[in-house]
Amino acid sequence: MSSVSDWDVPNPVKENRSGLIGKGVDRYEGPLKVTGTAPYAYEVQPPSPPAYGVMVGATIAAGRITDVDTAAAEASPGVLAVWTHRNVPAQPPRGTKAHPRSTAGSKPALESDRVTYWGQPVAFVVADTLENAVAASHMVQLTYAADAPDVDFQARLGDAVDPPGEKDVEVGDFQAGFEGSPVRLDETWSTPIQNHVQMEPCASLAWWEGPDRCIAHTSVQMVKPAQHGLAETLGIDRDAVHLMTRYIGGGFGGKGQTYDDLTLAALAARALGRPVKVAFTRQQMMHGTIHRPATVMRVRLGAERDGRLNAMSIMTWTHCHSDGSFTEHASNFARSLYAAPNRLTGHRLVRLDLPHAGPMRAPGEASGTLSLECAMDELAETLGLDPVELRIRNEPEVDPENGRPFSQRQLVRCLKEGAQLFGWDRRLPTPGQVRDGRWLVGLGMAAAIRGNFLLPAKCSFSVDADGVITVRQGMTDIGTGTYTVLAQIAAETLGVPLGQVVVEIGDSELPPAPGSGGQFGAATAGSAALAAGVNLRKAIADLAVNDPGSPLHGGDSASVTFQDGVVALENRSETLRDLVRRAAPAGLTVEGEIRPAQDAQRWSTQTYGAHFCEVGVDPVTGEVRVRRMLGVFAAGRILNAKTARSQLTGGMIWGVASALTEGNAVDPRYGSLINQDLAQYLVPVQADIGDLEAIMLDEVDDKANPMGIKGVGELGNSGAGAAVANAVYNACGVRLRDYPITPDKLLAGLIAAGR
Amino acid sequence: MRPFTYERAADARAAVKSASETPGARFIAGGTNLLDLMKLEIERPQHLIDVGRLPMAEIEDTPDGGLRLGAVASNTAVAADSRVRGRYPVLSQAIVAGGSPQLRNKATVAGNLLQRTRCAYFYDTSKPCNKREPGSGCGALEGLNRNAAIFGASHACIATHTSDMAVALVALDARVETLTPSGQARSFPILELHRLPGETPHLETHLVPGELITAVALPPPPPGGQTYRKVRDRASYAGGLASVAVAGGALALGMVAHKPWRAVDAEAALASGASPSEAMARELAGASSAGRNDFKIPLVARLGAAAIGEAREGAR
Amino acid sequence: MKTTITVNGQARSLDLDPRTTLLDALREHLRLTGAKKGCDHGQCGACTVLVNGVRINACLSLAVMHDGDEVLSIEGVGAPGSLHPVQQAFLSQDAFQCGYCTPGQICSTLGLLAEIAAGHPSQETPSDAPPVLSDAEIRERMSGNICRCSAYPQIVAAIRQAAEALA
Repeated sequence: MSSVSDWDVPNPVKENRSGLIGKGVDRYEGPLKVTGTAPYAYEVQPPSPPAYGVMVGATIAAGRITDVDTAAAEASPGVLAVWTHRNVPAQPPRGTKAHPRSTAGSKPALESDRVTYWGQPVAFVVADTLENAVAASHMVQLTYAADAPDVDFQARLGDAVDPPGEKDVEVGDFQAGFEGSPVRLDETWSTPIQNHVQMEPCASLAWWEGPDRCIAHTSVQMVKPAQHGLAETLGIDRDAVHLMTRYIGGGFGGKGQTYDDLTLAALAARALGRPVKVAFTRQQMMHGTIHRPATVMRVRLGAERDGRLNAMSIMTWTHCHSDGSFTEHASNFARSLYAAPNRLTGHRLVRLDLPHAGPMRAPGEASGTLSLECAMDELAETLGLDPVELRIRNEPEVDPENGRPFSQRQLVRCLKEGAQLFGWDRRLPTPGQVRDGRWLVGLGMAAAIRGNFLLPAKCSFSVDADGVITVRQGMTDIGTGTYTVLAQIAAETLGVPLGQVVVEIGDSELPPAPGSGGQFGAATAGSAALAAGVNLRKAIADLAVNDPGSPLHGGDSASVTFQDGVVALENRSETLRDLVRRAAPAGLTVEGEIRPAQDAQRWSTQTYGAHFCEVGVDPVTGEVRVRRMLGVFAAGRILNAKTARSQLTGGMIWGVASALTEGNAVDPRYGSLINQDLAQYLVPVQADIGDLEAIMLDEVDDKANPMGIKGVGELGNSGAGAAVANAVYNACGVRLRDYPITPDKLLAGLIAAGR
Repeated sequence: MRPFTYERAADARAAVKSASETPGARFIAGGTNLLDLMKLEIERPQHLIDVGRLPMAEIEDTPDGGLRLGAVASNTAVAADSRVRGRYPVLSQAIVAGGSPQLRNKATVAGNLLQRTRCAYFYDTSKPCNKREPGSGCGALEGLNRNAAIFGASHACIATHTSDMAVALVALDARVETLTPSGQARSFPILELHRLPGETPHLETHLVPGELITAVALPPPPPGGQTYRKVRDRASYAGGLASVAVAGGALALGMVAHKPWRAVDAEAALASGASPSEAMARELAGASSAGRNDFKIPLVARLGAAAIGEAREGAR
Repeated sequence: MKTTITVNGQARSLDLDPRTTLLDALREHLRLTGAKKGCDHGQCGACTVLVNGVRINACLSLAVMHDGDEVLSIEGVGAPGSLHPVQQAFLSQDAFQCGYCTPGQICSTLGLLAEIAAGHPSQETPSDAPPVLSDAEIRERMSGNICRCSAYPQIVAAIRQAAEALA
């Protein structure tokens, strides 16, 4: 049984003799990315020229396909195949696991005549060229018997039920505490559907080596479920799929699963006997892949006049696909954030004929903080307290939900240092007081929290006769910096320069790791790498002390040191290269693994931060511009100052987007999202983002994992939008609780406020 | 894209001749809007006549003290021209408020004028749209019509013209010069280029089939200040919610109608001494909205008044 | 259709379907996959290349329209062992994460620097005054390149570094 106490022993990451841990080194794969030579899935060169597949989406949200006419498409130049549910090759029923330990079941494409969301892939065309495939895809004629789509979330709130297996969580007596409080807040916020909008639309390339082995390149965050799911769908042994995802053009949770592009590429490659590649169009991505569902969040706060909370509740209503159960847990984060003796949190779910809901960067927190962290701002105003001070007054000593001690909690330090660095004391509590040209200027802040996780993972380390260390892991890098931090851990652990490390990831034939998601990637993959590195050190040390040709021969292997490419024991040394070349010319390979500690649950382990934002509001037009923003974060030991900062600033900008521009609108008459492209689904552009900085506090969290690190990929997103919304209020005196805060809505508020 | 044939026109006369003789022919120059629509099969030309390299990219002084903008001059070239920046700053400002540098480097004067609406129901070919498919209905009328027209809309179409450049050209009283299929040159005020939707929203201009825009001529700049203001959901690279071009006493509004909207009532009010706010109220007395675009009426009122004030300030 | 395009200094003769975009000609015919397809509709900038020295969206242009043109794609800017100063600056400043928009950002930067040098106006300085390479100018002029990872602050820093290196 593993325990967090096992992690107390010294290790090379903690010792950091070369100083590589924490250093902001350039990205390992950066030279390939800046030269356009990193091949993403659609760009891998297959062994022979590929055919091109194009998917066709349903134009109803619910119902059945009653007729199919593919004659024109089939007769179109260059067409090699046209498939619908009527003629797609047989696939095992959904969820089949022929291999009991498969991490995913089959996901048949073009499964049946049933349509359960607008844009669902219902036909597939393969042709010799992309142009011919696209043209033929427009010729596929499908006739539907459409049901009236049940997609109006707001209209269906009353029908929402508890998510499967979940109940509300109450501590103390919320109602009594709330009603007994002299100061109360009871407001409701809403957030829209959001799309991940990774810059690389999902894409796959597949070919076969003989009848039984499928080679697939795709863009996915988790390797093993992708491999196993495809194998189960193809009805072949799960190891007969070799799946690779070496470069991924953004994930954000949306590529946590595979889609029909992968299945159809593999099926078509088998049927046609040649490589086939398939990509989603940008428009298809909006419906065809998962989205962050809309939420309605009711927040109730009951406080004493000094600001101490008596009662806190956040209840979230959200939606998922008619066949699904995914729940946007927007209330959960509040369970660990502020002290209040009486607490009520929970979720309600309604199933709709909308596309599949799923996780998107900081699931839960991203939506949830947009309500509670604005509610705290409103409460602070009611109380006449500074919003920073209100939060400090509600700082808990232990996790307020379960009484567990915090492994590390530096929220107050984040708040205080952020306030000082940002110049928070210049904020005027009365809104609408500061003008700069045509802009009203305001400041806002919010707290950030995001959980920390550790999952099981393996990793292998090799050393070859050139002294090169190769890290191999079925891990992914979606832009987070995985390649780089693995290289740093390897270099630090084996005492070699970074240039002497090779990192191979994104491959199903490498030791399994859970992939990228939930900001668990670096901690999980990195801890396994550290374990492998330590094992390789032992193997090399043993090799040296047991090799009569080594100057270290006969020494104590536990005392061997590794630095600058040299293995040493007291004043005896030789280069790693010389040792391996002589004593193990074929090289050495070892594995390492990490498992969550049994007793880790005794601590409440979270990452924290504080956001400060300055916006300008044009009171004439309702336009909002972010002028500057600062985030201060505490998230354990930082492996790479450069890539971690980038993760945090990126997350902060996601928060800006949530507050100001992002959202899909549903037209209930058609059951579809109306904004389907990047001209209508607005993510921020350069000009939207002013001066923005992220600062990381020193921290080591020894309850998190052997390295004392935690994740940062989602933390930056948590709370950032609320800081923007609070700044908007401070600038112009208008509170909007329906996101995003667009000029049309803000203008109505400004006019109502007499501006 | 449906298959098409492609030719590079030898000269303007050959281009219009080919256009009138070839079924399903369309001119292409920058292609930034036409190709966008062809990929979605909203546009399905059978033949493309590339006029992008015809000698119609010049920007030249005219004898009357104005400026002639060649039809295939890039948006960037027009915005950067020192004469445009010096004498027609509203035009330069309007151009750089639209699209992105990459798009403006490719997009042309004529193409910008002839760009089609960005209405979401027009772009989604599964939805009814009288503009895309006459007689199919209008999805926007009772739909998510936040960016719909408030002037001159019909029950058949509430889409807007989304050009920035055209709004400035309308305020500047530009004239459009064309070559008709029979080889005749003609010229007319830019206000007569675009149509209101009426019953035929698929007909967007008064050009005859095969007629080629060859230039846009600007009269000498009007006395008084000029400015262009645009409101949008993000700071750049986004279509507008509304825009205003002021050139002396002339006022044009963007993204509020099926065509760039000359605010004649407001101009008349200003000429008779009304305040900017009063003038905008006069203009907006004729506006109507469809629900989600209600905000455009107060938005245009406030934006217009602010822009008039800025232009007057700038003229001092 | 027979089309000859000079790509990264090399004349390339192609026989293309007229429907083939410049972007697909580069990616699928010339195996130059550095220019990316992010939206295929001119709404993201990932496909940005320079044609005759000017940045455009390669997705919104037919390859046959470029007969005789000179195209510079990211592969012609620099290679892993010999990075161009703009590429080096993007690497040093961590001006990318997933890397998918990066070739477009870098090509766009080259276009931006040329446009600033030529004195082109922007929303930030539409007046007659020559533009300066301020952060605000960089932000406005790089707004045609979306980065969903949101490396925007790092991209501004990289362009500043590159401009200094090139000065």
